[in-house]
Amino acid sequence: MSIPAPEHNPQLLAAAIAPREGVLKKILRDPFGSGGIVVIVVIVLLSVFAKLLAPFDPAYVDIQATNMPPFTDGHPLGTDASGRDVLSRLLVAGQLTLIGAAVTVVISLVIGVVTGLVAGYFAGPFDHAASWTADMLMVLPSKIVLVALFAVIGPNTVVTMAVLGVMVSPGIFRLVRSLVIGVKNELYVDAARVAGLSSRAIIGRHILYTVRAPIIIQAAFIAGIAVLIQAGLEFIGLGDPSTPTWGGMLQEAFLAMYKAPWLILWPGLMIGLFVSAFILLGNAVRDAMEDSAKVKVPKKDRLRTSTMAVTVQPGRRAANTPAIASGSALLVVDSLVVGYPLPDGELKRVVDGVSLSVNEGEVLGLVGESGSGKTQTAFAILGLLPEEAQIAGGALFFRGEDLIGMPEKARVKLRGKSIAYIPQEPMSNLDPAFRVGFQLVEPMRAQLGLSKSEATKQALELLARVGIPDPKRTFDAYPHQISGGMAQRVLIAGAISCNPDLLIADEPTTALDVTVQAEILDILRGLQKERNMAMVLVTHNFGVVADLCDTVAVMQLGRIVEQNSTAALFAAPVHPYTKMLLDSTLEGTPARAPLRRAESPVRVITTEDDRPREEALNVSRSV
Amino acid sequence: MSHAVSESLSDTLLDARDVEVTYPSRGFRTPPFRALKGVSLDIKPGETVGLVGESGSGKTTLGRAILGLAPVSSGSIRYGDRELVGLDRAARRGLAHEIQVVFQDPYTSLNPAMLVADVLSEPLVAQGVAKSEAADRVEMLLGQVGLPADAGRRLPREFSGGQRQRIAIARALALEPRLIVCDEPVSALDLSTQARVLDLFIEIQDRTGVAYLFVSHDLSVVRHISHRVAVMYHGEIVEYGDCEQVTGDPRHPYTKKLLMAAPVPDPEMQRQRRVERQRLALL
Amino acid sequence: MVAFIIRRVLTGLLLIVAISFVSFVLIYSTGGDIARHILGPEADNAQVAAKSAQLGLDQPLLSQYFLWFTNMLGGDFGRSWFTAEPVTAAITSRLSVTLSVVIVSLVLVTILSVVLGVVAAVRRGWVDRLVQILSVVGVALPNFWVAVVLVLMFAIAIPLFPATGFVQPQDSVGGWLLSIALPVTAITIGGIAGTAQLIRGSVIDVLRQDYVRTLRSRGVPSRSIIYRHVLRNAAPPALIVLSLQFIGMIGGAVVIEKIFAIPGLGLLALNATLRGDIPIVMAVVMTMAAIVVTVNLIIDLVNGWVSPKVRVQ
Repeated sequence: MSIPAPEHNPQLLAAAIAPREGVLKKILRDPFGSGGIVVIVVIVLLSVFAKLLAPFDPAYVDIQATNMPPFTDGHPLGTDASGRDVLSRLLVAGQLTLIGAAVTVVISLVIGVVTGLVAGYFAGPFDHAASWTADMLMVLPSKIVLVALFAVIGPNTVVTMAVLGVMVSPGIFRLVRSLVIGVKNELYVDAARVAGLSSRAIIGRHILYTVRAPIIIQAAFIAGIAVLIQAGLEFIGLGDPSTPTWGGMLQEAFLAMYKAPWLILWPGLMIGLFVSAFILLGNAVRDAMEDSAKVKVPKKDRLRTSTMAVTVQPGRRAANTPAIASGSALLVVDSLVVGYPLPDGELKRVVDGVSLSVNEGEVLGLVGESGSGKTQTAFAILGLLPEEAQIAGGALFFRGEDLIGMPEKARVKLRGKSIAYIPQEPMSNLDPAFRVGFQLVEPMRAQLGLSKSEATKQALELLARVGIPDPKRTFDAYPHQISGGMAQRVLIAGAISCNPDLLIADEPTTALDVTVQAEILDILRGLQKERNMAMVLVTHNFGVVADLCDTVAVMQLGRIVEQNSTAALFAAPVHPYTKMLLDSTLEGTPARAPLRRAESPVRVITTEDDRPREEALNVSRSV
Repeated sequence: MSHAVSESLSDTLLDARDVEVTYPSRGFRTPPFRALKGVSLDIKPGETVGLVGESGSGKTTLGRAILGLAPVSSGSIRYGDRELVGLDRAARRGLAHEIQVVFQDPYTSLNPAMLVADVLSEPLVAQGVAKSEAADRVEMLLGQVGLPADAGRRLPREFSGGQRQRIAIARALALEPRLIVCDEPVSALDLSTQARVLDLFIEIQDRTGVAYLFVSHDLSVVRHISHRVAVMYHGEIVEYGDCEQVTGDPRHPYTKKLLMAAPVPDPEMQRQRRVERQRLALL
Repeated sequence: MVAFIIRRVLTGLLLIVAISFVSFVLIYSTGGDIARHILGPEADNAQVAAKSAQLGLDQPLLSQYFLWFTNMLGGDFGRSWFTAEPVTAAITSRLSVTLSVVIVSLVLVTILSVVLGVVAAVRRGWVDRLVQILSVVGVALPNFWVAVVLVLMFAIAIPLFPATGFVQPQDSVGGWLLSIALPVTAITIGGIAGTAQLIRGSVIDVLRQDYVRTLRSRGVPSRSIIYRHVLRNAAPPALIVLSLQFIGMIGGAVVIEKIFAIPGLGLLALNATLRGDIPIVMAVVMTMAAIVVTVNLIIDLVNGWVSPKVRVQ
């Protein structure tokens, strides 16, 4: 194959191979992956040794025995219309198919990978020219071009498949180019550049590694397509008549369709098996790559929270319901457990027995570091946990109503109207395909039953309320046309649009600049006061807590370690973890003193480093 | 050929003058984007210069300009007696053992497919250090940033964010540079991790005398680690001076605004700061 | 938006010119002694030379191209070398046949794969498994093989549909439907196999987006989230794959028309190629390229309408 390996550094080559072994193991463990490999290997071996294995000369005509059905004496798969042995022809036919597919794959890889790498990495005029040519080739229906070229080339399978390779190379080109552009902007490539690596080394070491798996996947699909197209051409009579081919056999079978319909079965089966083996192998490689990329990265959320997955431990709730008895709390979270099933059947508990309550108009800060379970707790309250998450215990009550046992329909009614949500990332939380205004009006019409004009009027008022200078313009804008700060204001406007009693804000200012954060906090504080909303504010920032919260709960590893009024917690933290967190904050610590001359260690700057490098390192190490 | 830089010159390690960076426009009508509008900044040997500003202020661009990763359209950046502006790639490579980098995101700044040992030896091998020598150095580097020696045999994804940032610091240290551009190196980290990584930066500086250009959006972080602080706003430096003065008693209204906007982890102090900020905003 | 459209149209025209040049040069420069081929081995050299001059083949390639290109702009593709039939007439009478089969298939593929893809993504369950299996089996089995099996089953074993032939819709709508039923089915099965899985994937991607959770948090009904927000955001990749499907169907017409003896562009091209009737081959290639460029243009415009970001760039 054409992919140049980073030979100039065997050590790094070894590094690049090491993780791939894991991937290979995964592919082999995947039944479809190993199955695909087995099928391909078997077909290749059968084709290579076809002449030895075939019971007859594939061209031997026995006029006495035409169209014999399968399992006839000496002809396990019968004979064709000319009395030739089907099995022998089937085996030999594999050879040309393999050669054809290999030619297409190699040609498309050579052209696609080389041009894609150069165009992606160096950009400029070559990129323009190559992209344009690729566009042109992609527009041409490849089958019709091959049919047209038959007038020129004649029945020459290798040349035809080479042309097909050129025709499909834009697919590889585009793939490689976009991958390279993606990788080129990765920080680790920048770091390699700063570390003094040449472009060649960067391409060989960092870029080729990332692009090769997708190339392998694409190559498998191209091999499949090549087999299909070759068979198609042979089927319509544009194949090489001198050797048996699967497509050619199908053509002959088609002509003998009325007399011997079973003849179409064998070549169709071979093509189908061979092509599906490539597809399955490609899928297996892709899955294995995705799997290995997924390690330790939390699964993304999905839309449906499976109600089936909710397994509430009975009895747990009745045993411990203090806040309901008091009756005053708006929201009660009681011994909540949220977990994610692990492959071994165990449940990984990300929220592990959290209990808290929020009164009307109270602002609770839920503080913790990443992985503490604070966001999962918030999603559980909202009923928006990812599909694979399970509520494995505990209870949630809103105004005394059981949220977990509630049917989904009733839960939907609460959303926005009773419990609303402000997300962390402003830009990714607005639908890019719809105008800002539509996204505000739609929930108001659904939840409050407002008319379009009434909802529009209210939306504009809300936008003005959250400090957007020109509400009409923002209302008519698409999300990509507004800034992050504006987008967060829009999301706040959306969250309060149906007058909720409880606002769940998940790190609402983390993605924002500090000056914008201050403004957003002012808006949240103002809205909270004027509507007497309760709030659960999820944050990692103690400054934000100090600014906004009445009470604080500190979370660590799925549990609440300390809970108190804000004033008391800051004045006298009890739990060592809380103390450690508060000690870690840099606000209010003394500034670093200016650099004194004596402090500056003097090292000689040499402009031309003419010492041997090792010596230089030895010297500098002793510093 | 080697000559020591005279005492007066060695006062300045890096001297950027009137640096402009302009990105060409992407559309028909949008004007070219001026990321840096004539920025001047100097860094002394062994010093930390904090560069603070909001997103889009150009602080990252200045760091990248010094690293040769952003196109400088005019101005000069002198390192010792060498001019960095206009260096071609080959000449730039020779600077690898003078200027290094630690990026913000510890997840994308390490190649996920490379073993930690290879991440760390890559710059050494590229500079022609023998492999066995490089392997020894890697172990030492891991020790310097507080990671176990066997960390080299693992992949970056097996480490937490803070540990990855330690690996990135070790990579920057591998060539014993005299200046490290740190681009928001603690912003993606948890509070407690952030404090420990900052202490590591300071400890390394005390030990090796390396200088930092420390880019951050967080004034409290910059205050903690910097000797001098520059404040950037819309592609310009609006205030530059000693850390205590800039972060404690700022002169420029924008720096004041920045200072007042950061909430303090103390309900009573924060209430006062809020009132003060809202009063300032009305002026 | 107007600038966007103009730019796209110009690019499309430029593409067609480039394609015409490349195919002309390829087909004409490597075809050997065309006049000899037409006249056969009995003709003497003088006759061959005369034929060459008559067809303009003795001219330099570039001037041949310019003559052919200017004629093409006037809608004239020349005459068949063998039947002397005007090529343009031959093309137009067959174009509608091919398009009727391909467009009906494309519409079916679009509807069925959107339904299957969305249901598979949202409901999972057996539909999901069906889509997964189809995405391998349906792609791996060549559609001409599927076509032959369909003929065996539904035209020979159970004679519900005609095995071959084509009825013009203006002659009999019922007859037309019967005549295209099997070819359309064969094309559609392969088309769904390639498309439904991709739509499923892009719907799942959109369902995982943050804004979907935010919309749910506001109480927007699931119906509206899926049919309004998710479908619209999942559309661009689906449109691209549908346009690739269309290109494949146009090219694949050769095989399908051959099996069912449908007098369309594909069969015309095939017969012309086997004879060496180059003017017809060139005309078919250009017609198909023009159709594909037009469809791509439409897809681009729809994409611009669906995703506002594309429109702005």
